[in-house]
Amino acid sequence: MKPLLEVHRLCVPRNAHFAVQVERLTVYAGETLVLIGPNGAGKTTLLLGLARILKATQGSLRLNGEEIRDDLTYRRHLGLVLQDALLVSTTVWNNVALGLRFRGLPAAEIRQRTRRWLERLGVAHLAGRPATQLSGGEARRVSLARALALEPTLLLLDEPFAGLDAPTRERLREDFHAILSETRTTAILVTHELEEACTLATRVAVMLAGRVVQVGPVQEVFARPVNAAVGAYLRRLGAEERAAYS
Amino acid sequence: MIPEAEIWQITALSLRISLTATGLSLFLGLPLGTWLALGRFRGQTFLLSLINTGMGLPPVVVGLVVAMLLWRSGPLGGLNLIYTPTAIVIAQTLIALPVVTGLTASALQQLDVRLQWQLAGLGASRVQMVLVLWREARLPILAALMAGFGAVISEVGASMMVGGNIKGQTRVLTTAIVLETSRGAFDRALALGALLLGLTFLVNWGLTLLQQRGRR
Repeated sequence: MKPLLEVHRLCVPRNAHFAVQVERLTVYAGETLVLIGPNGAGKTTLLLGLARILKATQGSLRLNGEEIRDDLTYRRHLGLVLQDALLVSTTVWNNVALGLRFRGLPAAEIRQRTRRWLERLGVAHLAGRPATQLSGGEARRVSLARALALEPTLLLLDEPFAGLDAPTRERLREDFHAILSETRTTAILVTHELEEACTLATRVAVMLAGRVVQVGPVQEVFARPVNAAVGAYLRRLGAEERAAYS
Repeated sequence: MIPEAEIWQITALSLRISLTATGLSLFLGLPLGTWLALGRFRGQTFLLSLINTGMGLPPVVVGLVVAMLLWRSGPLGGLNLIYTPTAIVIAQTLIALPVVTGLTASALQQLDVRLQWQLAGLGASRVQMVLVLWREARLPILAALMAGFGAVISEVGASMMVGGNIKGQTRVLTTAIVLETSRGAFDRALALGALLLGLTFLVNWGLTLLQQRGRR
């Protein structure tokens, strides 16, 4: 597999007391790398650091083998979906078209892509509705459509299905999985859900205390945790999931 | 009795001066408030405190400073602006500026910080991001504008000091009210007061309509 994003000795401070430090991490083209770890492990900080939204104090990022020099140019290769939908107070259509307008694409292309992704996410009937009037599930679908409409080289997602009820979450996850398979979009996804990690991940990366401590295929990571701390975290994750379903 | 033509002239001048000053304070205060809200730099909290203090700036103090600057022998005396409508516009802009700046900064700081992350993640340039954030904060920003207009249309101290209350030239509604009161003509002062209130209501009504349309 071809490396798409290469992270080397990255240090992203979140505040005066906490920083994420990644010695080396490679994301391969077409894969879904799922970041898991307990609360406060630094998953969101790493995601925002990879998007160059939080500034790294050291280290390098290479996209398709090229060092990233200009943040804006780099960010226009990305799609970002955060934990809350964070839609702006305009119509659903305008929300999905927003990133395309930022890129100055021709109006016809904006129309075509916006329509296509609204339809693909099953929210075309909401196009004219104010984004403030959507349900949680609808808002998440719109926020995914907004990121996917950019046809990003790399999609970054921070718990995009968190807070939804189980049936809504499952339907959305299935749709999203199908879209990733169809489009072969490379994605980094943060989650707390074991099932989500197992369903979506090509590989998982386990984060503990600001460090990426183990990366590998899901089964391998669960079968052979690299140390006792990772093993304890994975057992806890499994127990939480079983408790949630029982 | 004040001739009707003079009343209209005073009213039009009041409106022209205060709307110009409010417009100028918006032109300067919107970017300044945005910088104070979104920037990250040393002394930011101190500057915000200064602006917030300026929101309660006594108009007579502003009038005094502007009068000293524009006085014939003052540093800007050569511009011959003292006792002109322009001098009143300058003073009123300085009164409205901290109000518009402070309330704009506060409006933008109330937005979810993650919205900035989200917009950056969608590929927004700095300017594109600020335009979206202004749109998101348009209701409190319009409220800032109303507060700025309210502060200047109703002030009398600065207009009196730098305008001189010259009939037909710099007499505005507030200074005319002061004059009529000093003459003991309370009925005329009251009528002018009612006119001032009506005018303030009309402008704020227009801005409120605009603001409430923005909610939809």
